[in-house]
Amino acid sequence: MTVESSAARKPRRTAAGKAGTTGGKTGTTGTKRTTRTTRSTAKKSTDPDLVQLLTPEGKRVEHAEYDAYVAGITPEELRGLYRDMVLTRRFDAEATALQRQGELGLWASLLGQEAAQIGSGRATRPDDYVFPTYREHGVAWCRGVDPTNLLGMFRGVNNGGWDPNGNNFHLYTIVIGSQALHATGYAMGIAKDGADSAVIAYFGDGASSQGDVAESFTFSAVYNAPVVFFCQNNQWAISEPTEKQTRVPLYQRAQGYGFPGVRVDGNDVLACLAVTKWALERARNGEGPTLVEAYTYRMGAHTTSDDPTRYRGDEERLAWEAKDPILRLHRYLEASNHADEGFFAELEAESEALGKRVREAVRAMPDPDRFALFENVYADGHALVDEERAQFAAYQASFADEGGH
Amino acid sequence: MAEKMAMAKAINESLRRALDADPKVLVMGEDVGKLGGVFRVTDGLQKDFGESRVIDTPLAESGIVGTAIGLALRGYRPVVEIQFDGFVFPAYDQIVTQLAKMHARSLGKVKLPVVVRIPYGGGIGAVEHHSESPEALFAHVAGLKVVSPSNASDAYWMMQQAIQSDDPVIFFEPKRRYWDKAEVDPEAIPAPLHKARVVREGTDLTLAAYGPMVKLCQEVADAAAEEGKHLEVLDLRSVSPLDFDAIQASVEKTRRLVVVHEAPVFFGSGAEIAARITERCFYHLEAPVLRVGGYHAPYPPARLEEEYLPDLDRVLDAVDRSLAY
Repeated sequence: MTVESSAARKPRRTAAGKAGTTGGKTGTTGTKRTTRTTRSTAKKSTDPDLVQLLTPEGKRVEHAEYDAYVAGITPEELRGLYRDMVLTRRFDAEATALQRQGELGLWASLLGQEAAQIGSGRATRPDDYVFPTYREHGVAWCRGVDPTNLLGMFRGVNNGGWDPNGNNFHLYTIVIGSQALHATGYAMGIAKDGADSAVIAYFGDGASSQGDVAESFTFSAVYNAPVVFFCQNNQWAISEPTEKQTRVPLYQRAQGYGFPGVRVDGNDVLACLAVTKWALERARNGEGPTLVEAYTYRMGAHTTSDDPTRYRGDEERLAWEAKDPILRLHRYLEASNHADEGFFAELEAESEALGKRVREAVRAMPDPDRFALFENVYADGHALVDEERAQFAAYQASFADEGGH
Repeated sequence: MAEKMAMAKAINESLRRALDADPKVLVMGEDVGKLGGVFRVTDGLQKDFGESRVIDTPLAESGIVGTAIGLALRGYRPVVEIQFDGFVFPAYDQIVTQLAKMHARSLGKVKLPVVVRIPYGGGIGAVEHHSESPEALFAHVAGLKVVSPSNASDAYWMMQQAIQSDDPVIFFEPKRRYWDKAEVDPEAIPAPLHKARVVREGTDLTLAAYGPMVKLCQEVADAAAEEGKHLEVLDLRSVSPLDFDAIQASVEKTRRLVVVHEAPVFFGSGAEIAARITERCFYHLEAPVLRVGGYHAPYPPARLEEEYLPDLDRVLDAVDRSLAY
């Protein structure tokens, strides 16, 4: 299922060896890179300089710099990426339906961002650490977090239903951009430990405006922390387009902090895999942080509470649907004879089974015990919490005569 | 062996001991390295423990606390310094939404043993934002513990205990008491971190305070004694949790309570104490719980701060008002 092995077999490339090739990257180390920076910043922001390995039509295109990171990828691994995306989308659709049925209070759909999440998620190693926002269901999938565990917080039975250290996948963070600093601190710790793990921090185009994200760029650059900032630019921060967040393409912000930034086609799972592997490898090699801007599109609403018809039109959505991340890999798998009818049929059945499992798990999810609200407020206890718990218990017990409450 | 030292030095020695005892302990903040902090509390620590453990950070408070959270998630025990009380607010979001809540959010799976040191309070003739007492803003947040020592010995031991705590602790250091000296015995058995202490026994009225106001309350008790009034002085030491049992025990004896803090009275810790002690000691009280503290106005320019801060006469006035009931 993992494609980790393919690029790991490739010889490690040095930063110097990578300079002077093409791609939408703003570099800071090495002389040749400076030249390229000038060239790419001179481009209009409306002409995104995307790293792309797979066109929307499913055609594999060469890339001098990043091909190496997916060069050894096998048909089985390609099918694995496809399977990840299909199952993630199916899970996501089920969660949206469960919200509509009243089983979840809210859902934040990842529809359209499957390639960005699966590509980057599959680039990570088990010992790496992931800091998500609240929409990284695909990354959670790659890390081995059971999808049903993601739903507790959206159903309202907990605020985070998994052990972050179980899969090195931190809890979803709702306050925008906060986790970029946690990721940076964690990466500083890895560096202190002398480990060769890396950290990846997810956030969106809206979060790029947050001070915490700016500060995480500063801290990670100053301490050369092994962290990859993976920004999914899905074009919309609820109702505000990216133009309301920035005047320059987001990946170019990295230049000002002294580390490379690259814009990748966020609907191209191969490109996301390759670029993230490169960035993680830089981190492991002690070359510090990297900003990856995955240029993608939030095909659904911000959350189930949102109404995108108030702020964007169908044409835009239709244009992006033509660039669908799953569709293009489907086309490529078919055209290259890497998958047959049987594979797609089997996957369809597996998808439906996943939907059923998720549905049943959510419906069976019990409400927490009422005393849970006093649990884990402190690790070492707190006199006031003890006192209030006792008062609460006495209050609850006062209903006992009425046949339970 | 006990040694007489200033509070700033006692905190320095305590940090040194913690750095020495546990390689996971880190000190981080603005100017904490070569300079030793603007109050010299971290003096010499970077020289002895290196730049990797005593970390000069970029000038960004949210970044300091946010990265400290990440380091704690990796297994470190960061002690971060916020340079002055009024500079903590860029970090307030990280402290309130992340530091305080992550343990509960994770259903107890992760712990955040982070100490946030904040030199606080007025009386040093400083410019704006250098004299504030924002402890109530932190005590209001579940998940945080808030303490404030009043003397060098407590500062030493409470810092040891705060670093050992698996909960985040906001450690308010009364900056105007940094240079007051007291005996510090590194081999003593310290009182529990969140227990109040009777620093002077009395029968007529209880003065409850913490941090910089404990010394003032002792002076008030001295002055009142000359008039034949015997005041009990309680050093609360911890603002969250508050040791209500100790306050209650004292008030049941003296039947009168005056709470003193530099922070504004409105929604201050004294308000919480008044409400709960009224509930616990309603039939013991001879007078309403009175409070002496700052006014509902921005901390004033230095030339006016003596009008704003509780002083001997203002506390004595409250004592007289209470005794008059």
